[in-house]
Amino acid sequence: MTAKTPSRLEKVLAAGHLAVTSECGPPRGSDPEVIAKKAEMIKDYVDAVNITDNQTSMTRMCSLAACIRLKLMGLDPVLQMVTRDRNRIALQSDILGAASFDIHNVLCLSGDHQSFGDCANGQNVHDIDSMQLLQTVRLMRDDGKFLGGDDIKRPPQMFVGAAANPFADPFEIRVPRLAKKVSAGAEFIQTQCIYNLDKFELWMKMMRDRGLHEKVYILAGLTPMKSAGMARYMKKRVPGMDVPDEVVDRMAAVPKEQQAQEGIDICVEAIERLKEVEGVAGFHVMAIEWEEKVPEIVERTGLHPRPAVD
Amino acid sequence: MIVAEKKPIQEIIEEIKTHDSVLILGCNECVTVCEAGGKKEVGVLASALRMYFLNKGRDMRIDEHTLERQCDHEYLDEIREMIDQYDGVVSLACGVGVQFTAEKYTQKPIYPGVNTFFMGVTESRGVWTERCQGCGQCILASTGGICPVSRCAKRILNGPCGGSTTGNCEINKDVACGWQLIIDRLKALGRLDEYEELAPIKDWSTDRAGGPRKVVREDVQS
Amino acid sequence: MRLEYPTSIKIIRVPCTGKVDLLHLMRAFEMGADGVYVVGCLEGDCHYNSGNFRARKRVEQASRILDTVGIGGDRVQMVNLSSSDGPLFARKAAEMVNRILEAGPNPLKSAKSEEAA
Repeated sequence: MTAKTPSRLEKVLAAGHLAVTSECGPPRGSDPEVIAKKAEMIKDYVDAVNITDNQTSMTRMCSLAACIRLKLMGLDPVLQMVTRDRNRIALQSDILGAASFDIHNVLCLSGDHQSFGDCANGQNVHDIDSMQLLQTVRLMRDDGKFLGGDDIKRPPQMFVGAAANPFADPFEIRVPRLAKKVSAGAEFIQTQCIYNLDKFELWMKMMRDRGLHEKVYILAGLTPMKSAGMARYMKKRVPGMDVPDEVVDRMAAVPKEQQAQEGIDICVEAIERLKEVEGVAGFHVMAIEWEEKVPEIVERTGLHPRPAVD
Repeated sequence: MIVAEKKPIQEIIEEIKTHDSVLILGCNECVTVCEAGGKKEVGVLASALRMYFLNKGRDMRIDEHTLERQCDHEYLDEIREMIDQYDGVVSLACGVGVQFTAEKYTQKPIYPGVNTFFMGVTESRGVWTERCQGCGQCILASTGGICPVSRCAKRILNGPCGGSTTGNCEINKDVACGWQLIIDRLKALGRLDEYEELAPIKDWSTDRAGGPRKVVREDVQS
Repeated sequence: MRLEYPTSIKIIRVPCTGKVDLLHLMRAFEMGADGVYVVGCLEGDCHYNSGNFRARKRVEQASRILDTVGIGGDRVQMVNLSSSDGPLFARKAAEMVNRILEAGPNPLKSAKSEEAA
């Protein structure tokens, strides 16, 4: 696959390197330093950084503004966009706004339901869904058209991605659903956090059987766990999360003060194992409010330094 | 049917307390079936209100009447002769009936006696669930007869989202994932291959988004 | 068994307590009853399976409404006993009368007489 956009992430992937991405959650306030500090910690260890869009429906600084800050710092941001809060006018408009700052990556999502957040009494929009947002960005980029049919002057040049959860229900449509996202226009996929490596490998095999690995880059999602408590919480409380008992037990088996290190070790071992899986094109390391650990994970897995691409 | 729920009596008391005579007006259609605003509910509410105001030492006239429907001129006309006896009307019809009564009797304050929720079904006695949001462009043919607009919390047309767990929606374990139902149904019909067809971006202009809607049938117009 | 029970109780016979509607309970209070209790068969012994359960729910509904409108939800009660248990019937009757004596007369009666005056 050759790169079609100026996205650094796409160029790294197109050159055949294992890509590394990470994510930063914008602050619940307007302090620009928060995002800059997080970005500073990880910028030499990743190819691109996702900025979440009001994740779990908690009102935060907007993803677009935070992406612009990263871009001005010289990073390659991935603009996450959920279809929960904006209709097709606002989504297209924000895509153009991002493109005006040469933000070259977008991740299309539906977003958590607003009932999880701080505005549970609010409306949701869902004018289009995540697949239709993929189609929209591709239409804007490839055909230079708005949804309304008019031409766009200086169309956005965006590498278009989507999320996939290999562990969500029902399992039988996980791969058909991925195929659907690919046909809607997804060029890269960042997966849900993987703890059940066997099931992930099964999913990868099923997607390879359909040849999807040749059509889309899969970035395996990983989140190091800080404690056995976090492992148990993710297992029980987070929808669509598959944390096997072995992982919880392994975390619980070490003393509390060493659990964080154990979580990092588990993450590093998972990356080492998944590197060998055909079709895995890179890793999406989501160290939630633990960005300072990203360099260690990247170094220990031999993914540092990041390749230079022009 | 249109499903509604009785408003708390206290709220109705607040609405009408300045009047001296009030008509409680029920509806024999949907709100009777969902036990929110039929003849019986009219009787219970009227009785409760009479007791409340009498106990407060108020000489308040509260009468009961139930119409066949409140969404048709011909039935609403029935109360033309009697409505002037009252200072106000509490309508136990759905929001449609309340408004149509208000439109017809412009001089009379009309108060809602129920909260109107959705178009739905009686799942079992005392349990009603939503089925349709009246988007004006039915897509049930391609979704196995199960509507993602009304049964998915995000009205996702290409679902399910990542929050679907063991057949349930992320918002509440008691809510079935609409897309799980669609997939189960497509499978039962031997049509799971249709799942991979992308649902196009929906034209919402026939939905609420397009503004107040109107259906005109010239062939049946008088 | 010549059991005595208070004479102030007026018995209204119904084929099954499932026949007792919320509206009947409401009307009784509106017409000035100081208290109403519904005597049904033991739970599980209803000839129509669920008549007495329905009655209980209606009594509970009536109780909530009577609280809301200021009459007092305690004035309405559900009692379950076996039709052969005369002594219990008499005891429950006495209990109910005592409860109502404590609560005092239906406030609507004095409201009505004031209105008449």
